[in-house]
Amino acid sequence: MQKTVAEGLEKRTRRANDAVLSRDDFLRYVALIVLALVTLGPIFVMFATSLKLPVDIQARVPRWIFMPTLSNYGEVITTYRMIPYLISSLIIAVGSTFITLLTAGMAAFALARMRFPGRGLIAQTTLIIRMIPPAVIAVAVIGFWISWSISDLSPGVRFTLPEGLGRGDILDGSQIGLMLFYTALNLPFSIWLLFGFIQQIPVELEEAAIVDGANLLQVLFRVIFPLMGAGFAVSAIFTFRIAWNEFILALFLTSRYTKTLPVFASEFIRDDGVLWGQMMAVGSLIAIPPLIITFFAAKQIIAGMTAGAVKG
Amino acid sequence: MRTNRAVPYLFLLPAIAILLLGLGVPLYNSLVLSFYDWSFGQAWADKDYLGFQNFRRLLGDPTVWGAVRTTFVFGFWVVLLEMIIGVGLALLLEKPVKGASFFRTIFVLPLMIAPIVVGLIWRYLLDARNGVINYYLEAIGNAIPFLQNLGFERLPWLGDPTLAMVSIVVSDVWQWTPFIFMIVLAGLQGLPSSILEASHIDGANWFQMTWFVKLPMMRNILLIALLMRIIDVFRALEVIYIMTNGGPGSSTRVLSLLLFQTAFTSQDLGYAATIAVLLSVILIVLSILLMLYNNPLQDKAA
Repeated sequence: MQKTVAEGLEKRTRRANDAVLSRDDFLRYVALIVLALVTLGPIFVMFATSLKLPVDIQARVPRWIFMPTLSNYGEVITTYRMIPYLISSLIIAVGSTFITLLTAGMAAFALARMRFPGRGLIAQTTLIIRMIPPAVIAVAVIGFWISWSISDLSPGVRFTLPEGLGRGDILDGSQIGLMLFYTALNLPFSIWLLFGFIQQIPVELEEAAIVDGANLLQVLFRVIFPLMGAGFAVSAIFTFRIAWNEFILALFLTSRYTKTLPVFASEFIRDDGVLWGQMMAVGSLIAIPPLIITFFAAKQIIAGMTAGAVKG
Repeated sequence: MRTNRAVPYLFLLPAIAILLLGLGVPLYNSLVLSFYDWSFGQAWADKDYLGFQNFRRLLGDPTVWGAVRTTFVFGFWVVLLEMIIGVGLALLLEKPVKGASFFRTIFVLPLMIAPIVVGLIWRYLLDARNGVINYYLEAIGNAIPFLQNLGFERLPWLGDPTLAMVSIVVSDVWQWTPFIFMIVLAGLQGLPSSILEASHIDGANWFQMTWFVKLPMMRNILLIALLMRIIDVFRALEVIYIMTNGGPGSSTRVLSLLLFQTAFTSQDLGYAATIAVLLSVILIVLSILLMLYNNPLQDKAA
């Protein structure tokens, strides 16, 4: 008898707890939804504006329902000749991502697996210079850039777009330069990120490969790199993000023909006003690749962002 | 592993070469340039040696100190608001709910979008004439006239010194609060459950648990998050450049923007390099502090 009373009591408290919890959960969802709306609202406004005609953009009352049009996108491609800049942006972002992964992977391997004089110094130096902002680099480089007119030099790779899409060489010195700077800006972070990943790989694998007669390069490329998919993914996302989004260095260093998209977008702010529709179209195009990456790899991105603070 | 002594350096060579060329040489150039007077178009050989004159000018330059002050005001508000909101939200939403990963994906978005695009978006939202924000402020003020006294009217967001500062703070809080939120959330979920259970059994309530157990255990993570945000405040440039370009007047001209304008607008490269040296020193000191709290390249075995 006593037992059943106790059981009944317990059941009742549990039910009460459940009720309390679900009310809490309800409030949590309300908070989360409000936060999500605050986060998404501004991004949504950008995409919506990029699909509006000037008459809808200039309307005194904000129009949430309107006839969407791709005319802004058409205009930036034909009138403002965006395609060469899009290709330029892609070459720079993909190129620096690839170089960063390769060189950071090699460096991280040496730092994680070998003991040698100067190891601590090299490791600490990369950590100390990792926060140098692009603007500092830009100031030091711009003078030389102009006096040596590097951006007018072409390293021989020329490829001209068909007439009508905009003309100009697709690759010139300024892209090589930007790739160099973006790689340098990303290397410290990528090195220590990959360092952590290499440390998680059991050394026995490498030792076995060496016993089988592999040299260190083979160990790195055949044993370590294939196991580092996750590390490379995080590192690639962060490098691409910087190289694709960066504005200041690109503004300083790109030539007339090889602007990147962020520089191109900023040109719609004019003395006589802002061309909102066209600018939002380019802004949307800049935002789309990172947004897509986020939807596929949010977990990895969060892991990379919090690694600096939480793991250590 | 028994290997040739040169091997580690060969593996490091490409990375070090790129770091030297891409970061080392520019930093060295800045340092050299800060002792000279040099502007666009002048041949490198024709630059004038000034000794420490640029640094003396820097120390007595009200523009520079104004920019430092603006950076502190901007930094104070964004770091304060982002820490309070970010930590608060993480504590409230700590318990995992269904769909949490979906919401987390959304919160990452502002961090992935180009700063220049963030600037463009907020410049549009806050536009005095076409801006959505002004329209609804006015509409609410018209509906409830009393609220007009509280600022519910069309406001010159980017045209008034105080409001311009508010505007860049708002855009930064929008973009970076999720960063704090996610770091703190990851930290909270990594806390050892045994200690939390023990304090729960001891009868600690939510406030006591948070204030006396969780936050003290998170001290290191909070400090690192704080330092990372302070560092980013000194690096912030693109959003402010697009939204206000430092104006009106010099009300939102932070140090990195002054550096940019001195180089690009005034084309006074020697002096810009001096400001770059100042900014680099600040950032290197902060990075060393950060490294002392958290050195990711330390051996986990050691």
